[in-house]
Amino acid sequence: MGQIEKTRLFQGNEACVAGAIAAGANFYAGYPITPSTEIAELAARKLPETGGKFIQMEDEIGSMAAVIGASIGGAKSFTATSGPGFSLKQENIGYAMMAEIPCVIVNVQRLGPSTGIATAPAQGDIMQARWGTHGDHPVIAFAPSSVRETFDLTVKAFNLSEKLRQPVFILLDEIVGHMRENIHIPHQDELEIINREKPLPDQPYKPYDEEKEVSPLASFGEGFSYNITGLVHDEYGFPTTDSEKTKKLLSRLQRKIDNHLEEIILTEEFGMDDASLVVVSYGCTARSVRQAVKMARKNGLPVGFFRTATIWPFPYEKISAFADKTKTLLVPEMNMGQIFGEVERAVHGQARVVGLNRFDGEMITPDEILQKILEVI
Amino acid sequence: MTKTADIKPYLRLERYPTIWCAGCGNGQVVGAFLRAISTLDWDPKKVVVVSGIGCSSRASGYLNFNTMHTTHGRPLPFATGIKLANPELHVVVMAGDGDTTAIGGNHFIHAARRNIGITMIVFNNGTYGMTGGQCSPMTGHACKATTAPYGNLDTPFDICKLAEAAGATFVGRGITYAPVKLESLITEALKHKGFSVIDAVTQCPTYYGRLNKMGSPADMLTWQKEHVISLEKAASLPKHVIQDKIVTGVFVKDLRPEYTTLYRRLHEQCGEDDCHD
Repeated sequence: MGQIEKTRLFQGNEACVAGAIAAGANFYAGYPITPSTEIAELAARKLPETGGKFIQMEDEIGSMAAVIGASIGGAKSFTATSGPGFSLKQENIGYAMMAEIPCVIVNVQRLGPSTGIATAPAQGDIMQARWGTHGDHPVIAFAPSSVRETFDLTVKAFNLSEKLRQPVFILLDEIVGHMRENIHIPHQDELEIINREKPLPDQPYKPYDEEKEVSPLASFGEGFSYNITGLVHDEYGFPTTDSEKTKKLLSRLQRKIDNHLEEIILTEEFGMDDASLVVVSYGCTARSVRQAVKMARKNGLPVGFFRTATIWPFPYEKISAFADKTKTLLVPEMNMGQIFGEVERAVHGQARVVGLNRFDGEMITPDEILQKILEVI
Repeated sequence: MTKTADIKPYLRLERYPTIWCAGCGNGQVVGAFLRAISTLDWDPKKVVVVSGIGCSSRASGYLNFNTMHTTHGRPLPFATGIKLANPELHVVVMAGDGDTTAIGGNHFIHAARRNIGITMIVFNNGTYGMTGGQCSPMTGHACKATTAPYGNLDTPFDICKLAEAAGATFVGRGITYAPVKLESLITEALKHKGFSVIDAVTQCPTYYGRLNKMGSPADMLTWQKEHVISLEKAASLPKHVIQDKIVTGVFVKDLRPEYTTLYRRLHEQCGEDDCHD
């Protein structure tokens, strides 16, 4: 089979670039930062080969701005960074949210706060992804657990970004970004690629039509001389301070995500039917959890595995749906409990929620998780 | 020079009146820009105006081109992305002196270093007008601002020297008192292949003028007239004579490969040889 031919060893960061290019990405702007740098290096090598563009900008802020500019110039654009750079990018990420400019931002998480440990894994940017910018707006963030999933979710991130005119985050972590797995990269024909809808030529154009969930997006130079701003704007993109229009705009931004939760939220589960304890996990930690849950079940313990590949919007409903059938939810994560709080919100008192946290730059091991399972079940 | 250009098609008149105060020089700079662009055979649909944040950065919203009002200090990297994604577009950046030389200083020097085909028009009124007259990197030493009530301790940049040192290949300065010269400078800048910078010295009567007791808008323009000196004249005068003068003219006109042209060559190279693995 062709599948065997196409299987090879890929690094997580490499799979991210491969996914981006497969999704049609043709522009990258970035600034070097560990542990994401391989993404920039590979983009610098690969994009020009296929007519795409790579630019190393003067800083993280400029990279984010260039990515947004390129998108409105007609490109599919992305950038990659890590915690400190993600902090710097926030203002312009907020701009892209407000102006509804598609783009993909990869954050290969490392231990923080501040410069932290550049080479140590962590899952500490979960809440930064959600609330890093000022003001209210929804976000989409994926957290792959494997190299192949990094490829798949990168494609999905671009697709959703194009479809919903929304910047989309990929929250990798140092482990998934740097590890290597033997994976099969799907053939281009097997992939569904979504491109932004374009306005019809010679028709009146509303780039922010109130009647539509998402309006078509004209690139600059395509004949629609319209305005884009980070200010609250009317349907034509011009600034307004009208409270009714403000409410309509911000509500629509929220609604366009809320109306697509089924498509956005991806979860995986096993052993849930008889589970009195469910381990909820994401990203690299889910790898240890998978092992621990299998070990627990082998020993006859009624333990379930629930992993979310979509961090934001959080799968509140899916968790709430099984919470009353279980006694305990265990949430191992490499931070001080960022998703723990969200799980508590989802469970809403229907079961006990227990955290298992490491924030020392070391991965949580299957043994530690199994130990905790035995302790709290 | 004597004909009156019809610049109305370039304006979104339905967006008028502008937010600018009476006597503000921003409209004079925009007028010079529009008259300049009217002399070029450019399709307005291919013109992009990117601006930052501040009074002058509101200019983009009044112009009938592809317009993008961005974040404070960042119009140049936004514009860099646009130009690189589609080099056929004519990309112009408009921003104030605070936007360009304070919060956006890094982007300014790097756009110049890269020599990307963008024209940057700096509306230089020496103050932050929108937030109410604070000190900018272009506020003169000992001048007053709401954040320099006892006089500014800092020394301002010379935008033209900064641009030149950073590698901009066309650098000029004009004043709102001399709009025809400003227009021809902007025309040259727009035609230039590479990163071009126009330091457009303009007046803010509401804040800078009032705080520094410079009188009416007309008095501020008279002040410009009395302090302006051409680059040619300045060259033969001692430094102390020209230190409080506004030196105008073309400071740099140089040819160096433009960034998107280099990128096109890279693509050709990748197509011909194997830059593939």
